[in-house]
Amino acid sequence: MAGEESKEPLSDSSDECSDQEPTWIYYRDRPEWNDVVPVELNEGPFPVVSIAYSERFKDIFNYFRAIVLKNEISERAFELTSDALELNPANYTVWQYRRTVLKGLEKNIQKELSFVRRIIEDHPKNYQVWHHRRVLVEWSGDPSSELRLTEIVLAQDAKNYHAWQHRQWVLDTFKLFDHELEFVERLLEDDIRNNSAWNQRYFVVKQTSGFSEDIISRELTFSVNSIKKVCNNESAWNYLRGVLAHYTTGLNGHPVVEELCQFLDENNSESPYYFAFLVDRMEELMQSDASKRQVLLPKADGILQVLATKMDPIRREYWLFLSRYLNSQFAN
Amino acid sequence: MSERDYSELETNHQFSVLSVPRIHLDVEGIPTVTSDEQVKVESTIEHLLENFLENHELDSTLPLLSRLQIVDFVKHGLSRLSTSYECLDASRTWVCYWNLHSLELLEASIPDETKEAVISFLNLCQSPTGGFGGGPFQYSHLAPTYAAVNALVILQSDVAYKIIDRPNLYHFLMSCRNEDGAFALHVGGEVDVRGTYCAVVVAKLTGIADQKLFSGTSEWILKCQTYEGGFAGTPNQEAHGGYTFCALAALTLLGQESKCNIRCLLRWASNRQMKFEGGFQGRTNKLVDGCYSFWQGALFPLLHFHLAKSDQYSEALDVERWLFNQEALQEYLLVCCQHPFGGLLDKPGRPRDFYHTCYGLSGLSIAQHVNGVVSGRTSVVGSPNNELALTHPVYNLGVNAVMRALNYFNSKPLRT
Repeated sequence: MAGEESKEPLSDSSDECSDQEPTWIYYRDRPEWNDVVPVELNEGPFPVVSIAYSERFKDIFNYFRAIVLKNEISERAFELTSDALELNPANYTVWQYRRTVLKGLEKNIQKELSFVRRIIEDHPKNYQVWHHRRVLVEWSGDPSSELRLTEIVLAQDAKNYHAWQHRQWVLDTFKLFDHELEFVERLLEDDIRNNSAWNQRYFVVKQTSGFSEDIISRELTFSVNSIKKVCNNESAWNYLRGVLAHYTTGLNGHPVVEELCQFLDENNSESPYYFAFLVDRMEELMQSDASKRQVLLPKADGILQVLATKMDPIRREYWLFLSRYLNSQFAN
Repeated sequence: MSERDYSELETNHQFSVLSVPRIHLDVEGIPTVTSDEQVKVESTIEHLLENFLENHELDSTLPLLSRLQIVDFVKHGLSRLSTSYECLDASRTWVCYWNLHSLELLEASIPDETKEAVISFLNLCQSPTGGFGGGPFQYSHLAPTYAAVNALVILQSDVAYKIIDRPNLYHFLMSCRNEDGAFALHVGGEVDVRGTYCAVVVAKLTGIADQKLFSGTSEWILKCQTYEGGFAGTPNQEAHGGYTFCALAALTLLGQESKCNIRCLLRWASNRQMKFEGGFQGRTNKLVDGCYSFWQGALFPLLHFHLAKSDQYSEALDVERWLFNQEALQEYLLVCCQHPFGGLLDKPGRPRDFYHTCYGLSGLSIAQHVNGVVSGRTSVVGSPNNELALTHPVYNLGVNAVMRALNYFNSKPLRT
């Protein structure tokens, strides 16, 4: 989450390799930059979170600060931002300034899309690169490479939050849902526990057909088939519940769900997700029909005690809370 | 030799000293990338826990929080950072906050010269048009603004508070605000629930919040709650611990937390605690990470606060316990997340860093202290010296620091 803020360096050693490239010339030694006075950081005598910048880093950012202060919109300023971003792709000021220059010079968006794509490949968990990509697509109105790009990134990390966010934005903005359910199903075949893919499934259904009765049945069947194969997969259970939130009678009454419970019962399933589901079903019944409370409350309580003491003891406080709650609501 | 129950070694570990039996993932014969990764982590953790138990037989005061080493690590980081920190050049106010907050939790004193130097530095990061950037001469951004304001509040001095240019801060916040009440992280920047949290916190702390700033904001946040019960960064995205914290904390500050589905949120949050490792994961079916000790852990005091106000649920609450396993979280942090040279980390094998140190300690503090309105209870795993100062679950600042700042700023209404 503090995603980029948490991207601390892996080692404490400095890396001087980049200064040894034979072709690199410091900006301060470039005659075509003679007219610019670099702006050095002067933070006073007492260092506070003071970074031991390499010479190259200092040089580039001294010139970047100068350019921003004079608001220079030029080709050389543009190239300077490329150098700056190579050193710190998380510098949002440089990205924002680069966008100003891109607009000012009316630069080619396709080339810029290639530029940011390369940085995304190297830094797929960086906020700025994905936002930049989104802005470019907004400007060009052309989403044609975006599904492929996110697909490639997701092939390397099927749960990359930024990639999924970008993909959702593209699908929704340009209405490109045609093949998305297929895509999701492929990912779920690869890894049935991929919660991002389950979340995407919910999104696709919500934004296309919606949760009509037919679709509810279809989605419940999908989830149930999954649960029958891998019973301890929280993603499938969460999805099941998410679908049922659209069903008029909630957790009780849908034939697909009733069949699942029967199946799990017959197979002596010991999944904590199943047991928790049973308790919630009983809560709903007790809520709507007071006559059922006398029978169901001790049953629900019994399950909660088993969960707390044996099946899922790490969540003991939660199970006991539910037990106290149900008793306070439904006893007598 | 203490007795151990080996009968269920395959799935259940009855570690005699640990607070709760640890249960391995049941792969059910269908391994996938997700389960492979999880099994690997569980194996590493298992080794560490077994080593710990052996050591504990010789020294029952374990586990020990290596306070002095952490203080050294963090104090050094507050002044100098190596070249490899160039990647955080746009987040230097964050590094200030992470390290100051760690010192605050450890109740380590901060010398006056350091305080003055920090105040000067943060002032350099402030923009003449309001807000703070990640470093001097950088555009203002809500995240480094939040970090800078928090860092100043930790210093607990009027001199620190006074450097905040409140009128322009208000303008900066307004410039990030969208019509629908959501906030971009900076002008021309991305919109997500972090922006909302940072804006609400900063405004509330400095006493500049008003209806104009936050109209529609809680409605937008509520759209981020997912079918799983947690909150996402933007509507329709996956429920995620960091964003869920931002959402619930912001809603709480806006007085609107009752508008979300609290039961679903509670269930989701409770399920984020890992039944083998004891720490928290950020999303369903992902790996444990020390930093979620705070992002997920802090949800529980917030949920408790909300549930305690409801007629329906208040009776069922235990005033001495949060609704997660406090001891198991402490065990994960103390046994598995401490670097040998000081500082905390994500999980064993990862490098230490200031972010994980800050949020690991913050989570530890929450796990140690339950405080309701009337009563509370402290539960410290290991040496009593492991006890940290209290942290406020909304701001992640020391509670005294928060009170002092709120008193100062609320007595000085803003005239825009």
